[in-house]
Amino acid sequence: MNAGHHRIAIVGAGPGGLSAAAHAARLGVDHVLLEASAAHAHTIQRYQKGKHVMAEPPVLPLRADLPFEAGTRETVLERWRAGLDATGANVRYGAQVTAIAKDGAAFRLSLRDGGSVTADHVVFAIGMQGNLRQLEVPGADLPCVQYQLDDPDEYRGEVIVVVGAGDAAIENAVALAANNEVAIVNRIDEFARVKDGNLKLILKSIESGRIGCWYRSGVAAVERAEAGAARPYVLVLNTAEGEARIACDRIIARIGAIPPRRFVESCGIAFPSADPMALPALSGRYESSVPGLYVIGALGGYPLIKQAMNQGYEVVEYILGRDLRPADHPLFEEKFAKLRFGLTVDDTLALIQERIPLYREVNPLQFREFMLGSAVHRPEAGAVIFRRNDYTDSFFTIVDGTVEIEIGEENPYRLKLGPGQFFGEMSLLSGRRRSATAYASAGCVLVESPRREVLKLINSIEAVRHHIDRHFVIRAIQTAFAPNASDEELEAVAARARVNDWKPGTVIFAEGDEADTLHLIRSGSVAVSRNIGGREIVTSYVAAGNYVGEMGLMGRTRRAATVRANVATETVSLSAADFDALLARNPELRQKVQALVRKRLAENARISAQPQTGDIVSFLMQQGLGEATDVLLIDESLCIGCDNCEKACAGTHDGTSRLDREAGPTYARLHVPTSCRHCEDPHCMTDCPPDAIRRAPNGEVYIRDNCIGCGNCERNCPYGVIQMAAAEKSGPKKAVKCDMCKDLSGGPACVRACPTGAAIRVGPESLMDLVARVER
Amino acid sequence: MQESLLAYRRMRYLWAAGALAAAAILAYALHRPPEPPNGGTWLGYTLGGIAAALVLLLGAFSIRKRAYASTLGSVRGWLSAHVYLGLALLVVMTLHAGFQFGWNVHTLAYALACVVVASGIVGVWFYLRYPEQMSRNRAGETREQMLAELADLDRLCAKQAAALGGEFPDVIVSARDRAALGGSAWAILAGRDRSRVVLPGAHGGGHAQPNAGQSRLVDWLGHELAGSTDGERTRLIHELMALVNTRRGLLERLRRDAQIRGWLDAWLYVHVPATCALLAALAAHVLVVFLYW
Ligand SMILES: Cc1cc2nc3c(=O)[nH]c(=O)nc-3n(C[C@H](O)[C@H](O)[C@H](O)COP(=O)(O)OP(=O)(O)OC[C@H]3O[C@@H](n4cnc5c(N)ncnc54)[C@H](O)[C@@H]3O)c2cc1C
Ligand code: HEM
Ligand code: HEM
Ligand code: SF4
Ligand code: SF4
Repeated sequence: MNAGHHRIAIVGAGPGGLSAAAHAARLGVDHVLLEASAAHAHTIQRYQKGKHVMAEPPVLPLRADLPFEAGTRETVLERWRAGLDATGANVRYGAQVTAIAKDGAAFRLSLRDGGSVTADHVVFAIGMQGNLRQLEVPGADLPCVQYQLDDPDEYRGEVIVVVGAGDAAIENAVALAANNEVAIVNRIDEFARVKDGNLKLILKSIESGRIGCWYRSGVAAVERAEAGAARPYVLVLNTAEGEARIACDRIIARIGAIPPRRFVESCGIAFPSADPMALPALSGRYESSVPGLYVIGALGGYPLIKQAMNQGYEVVEYILGRDLRPADHPLFEEKFAKLRFGLTVDDTLALIQERIPLYREVNPLQFREFMLGSAVHRPEAGAVIFRRNDYTDSFFTIVDGTVEIEIGEENPYRLKLGPGQFFGEMSLLSGRRRSATAYASAGCVLVESPRREVLKLINSIEAVRHHIDRHFVIRAIQTAFAPNASDEELEAVAARARVNDWKPGTVIFAEGDEADTLHLIRSGSVAVSRNIGGREIVTSYVAAGNYVGEMGLMGRTRRAATVRANVATETVSLSAADFDALLARNPELRQKVQALVRKRLAENARISAQPQTGDIVSFLMQQGLGEATDVLLIDESLCIGCDNCEKACAGTHDGTSRLDREAGPTYARLHVPTSCRHCEDPHCMTDCPPDAIRRAPNGEVYIRDNCIGCGNCERNCPYGVIQMAAAEKSGPKKAVKCDMCKDLSGGPACVRACPTGAAIRVGPESLMDLVARVER
Repeated sequence: MQESLLAYRRMRYLWAAGALAAAAILAYALHRPPEPPNGGTWLGYTLGGIAAALVLLLGAFSIRKRAYASTLGSVRGWLSAHVYLGLALLVVMTLHAGFQFGWNVHTLAYALACVVVASGIVGVWFYLRYPEQMSRNRAGETREQMLAELADLDRLCAKQAAALGGEFPDVIVSARDRAALGGSAWAILAGRDRSRVVLPGAHGGGHAQPNAGQSRLVDWLGHELAGSTDGERTRLIHELMALVNTRRGLLERLRRDAQIRGWLDAWLYVHVPATCALLAALAAHVLVVFLYW
């Protein structure tokens, strides 16, 4: 056998890869661990100095040949290093794998430095961080070029050029400009796709001369300056006007990272859908669609250190053909104990998956993970599972027994659901309050799954998405137009209805268009505007759960207004003919819709007479109120600037105020402070490894104690309302944000502490009333 | 747009306080004590007791204001009650004293209460008047943003002055360094502008001169402009003038902002110490009354 061949090649020395290599070494299995960077666990090396690494989830036992427990980043790294040395694992640093291809019976892994390695089995453990894109020009290897900036205060009095035009580049440039002379290099002539705050910041800095900017310029080369020059290096740019040379001390290139997915796909591993949240399809033994290629850790959808380490151990066992109970086995035993099914864990899982058609196409590994995050219940007969108008967003499936769903407010109608059916998808998808109350009947067994787990399934398995969408449409039509129609009756209409995705700002229909569809807003919200005296004036805002377009359909006319998505919005559209059929089967409905039309006409007339109101609505929409469920506003005609609201917030929340009263924009005396909007579809939740961000029944989006302090949510929130703070002086830093004082009996402390009544909270229901009051 | 603290809950505390004052006046009118009305009659004691209770309640506002987790009403409701009951106190304690004033600790307590009430009235007036002005003056910017903008303008002015050369850089630097923001409490509250500037020889012989509203600097720039014969130079001075004018507006807004915030705070420096003194005097009053009765 040649020297470059191994039984197992492990790519990436993060917690997953390290654990796999350690286990292989201990078992004496021939292996190699290939790591792109110069040291182990690059992702953890990049945490902030002294960061407290948390060992979440606490209930999951660790199964690895390397130690791991909560502690500072430095101790965790040091113990791994020592552990690795002790096992004698075969590690190659500085070995970035650039391609993997089948070479006869084995795989050939090509390395960046030109070398290559072959192996029978390959374990992918490259995490989700991606590889930082590097400058590919002459001189890019000079010491003045760097791709990261840990502490901007480290540099003073230097000339620094930042290459790149994304959020990271802007943030670095602005931070460095405080003590250095900074220029930024942008390939195009604008800053596209960056956060609004960053855009304003950089444009202002450029305009005022604080930061120099080279638009439409690319890096051509980096050179050493001639001896005696004031600055040691020269950056050569290709600009629209020709070559430019900038004398500088340092170059920081922030030109993005190559997402790992592309690399993984190039190795032949299939993903079930194009959605960025989709995960590679894996078997119960972490094997991908390419036999012999395994995926573990964050890349496989397990974003915590302990999970990655366990999988590293397990994958080696599986490659050796051994059977092994996954480490989460005891957790399932505990979870299923109350079901009293008398079955083994594996059989119970199989039974549930078999009983519920929605889950049949989910692969067993993914289903196991899904169930690990879910809870099973045996509610008493008659117990309320959730109430209408609750803000919860979990999803339920029925394993056994029946559930009754009470739809409608005035003359409620009870819908019976049986084993295999599901409910709760309305709030899950729209982020709105529950539209019905659910009651358990005798002998009922339920699985309750958190929103994130379900979204993961929806985004990676087309069949699940399709199934849930279909149901959503039926229930949405049922709730809005036909409370007493059965599912079967609506099946045909639902099949013809369409689910539409709208990007923020797109026009759903325009004034003057032919009116041929009705849109039920499923998530997000829309702004209704009309052209009044040559100017587009917003006349109203319509939140998810309502519909638009009825006016044109009722009168068979052209659209009297333009409807535009405020934020990312989904609508379910019905054709005119289907809507007519619904009207025909329910005479009360016609009256209800007519009443709504009258109300909207009156609102239009009022706002047309007071165009400023429209501007206020537009302003509030720009500040994210189009997706807010509850937001703090300040009436500046009353605010005396005493900051008692902030003091109250800090006083009731471990000393850190979660709102910044003074910051944030103002329009027509209405001030939107930097404070959580409690979004319907919270951006902050998108990428939280321990799923610590949750929504409480009253709509509060809050962060639980199991936050690991990774800072993803801080980056993902477009309104900048999350901070990293420690509860005690030396405690670990975790994400903190407004929780609407859900644990205080009196409600939000900010509002209750305001002496003048300037601080108010508004939600979608009270927004238009507020706007009407501003006029007065 | 929101109701003010005076209008809180349809002025329920105005009605309550009004009823209290009316009842006190009625009782006083109907009361026929053997000696002239004073604090020693049964009505005098009753009214004195009510007055003391009111003082303690009004003082307790300070505690409630800081008890952030308290569910005992809202701070706004408390303040609305505080204001109206504070006014009713004036009536109640006057009737209690039966208009008997002299140079004693009793009247000292009375006078202090009057100071507290009067300063409270001034405070409410500020609270109703200033927020609107402050908001308009800020024009949606925070103080920090205004200061950042000022720093930017200073940089641009310096650049422009460097391009002009000659005496410009020194003059602009001196105007920047001697632009006064803040200063003593008085200067802030009065909104006085003590900026200064050093102009070259013929314009003041290198001495710092008052430059309120940057007017001295603008005059000098105007003078330079008039004397300029070079087209490019004229353009540069014009631009500098525009920057200096923007900067002047910004300085004015910053000063006005500090002034408003100063006044919104300053009255409490009378209201709160006077409250403390009142509590002491009141204790002394009660003690004296019981000891020497
Ligand atoms: C700021 C922050 C804080 C966090 N805090 C915690 C915490 O407290 N507790 C917790 O449990 N989790 C935490 N996490 C999550 C945790 O870091 C990840 O879940 C974990 O690192 C995933 O491990 P992994 O082995 O799958 O991938 P990674 O740790 O990302 O490791 C991947 C490795 O592969 C290497 N690599 C990538 N591409 C190649 C290639 N082509 N060739 C060779 N090598 C390659 C990389 O250099 C890297 O070393 C945090 C994450 C962040 C960002
Ligand atoms: C805010 C609260 C109070 C104020 C401002 C106040 C003020 C006064 C004043 C100005 C007088 C007239 C003194 C004089 O005759 O020269 C007086 C008399 C008196 N007060 Fe009060 N008082 C207050 C509360 C009380 C209380 C709580 C009591 C009872 C314990 C009390 C008992 C008396 C008595 C007995 C007198 C008559 C004494 C006398 O005639 O010499 N007062 N008070
Ligand atoms: C004897 C009567 C009064 C007493 C003892 C009293 C006492 C106090 C005290 C202790 C505070 C708290 C200050 C702080 O802790 O920050 C306060 C605040 C205040 N008082 Fe009074 N007060 C009295 C009468 C009045 C009256 C008559 C008015 C108005 C007409 C008034 C208006 C206010 C206002 C506006 C505040 C500020 C609230 C804030 O900014 O939080 N007070 N008072
Ligand atoms: S933290 Fe940000 S993204 Fe999350 S709910 Fe609040 S405003 Fe929305
Ligand atoms: S709450 Fe925020 S910081 Fe905490 S783990 Fe989730 S994403 Fe990371």
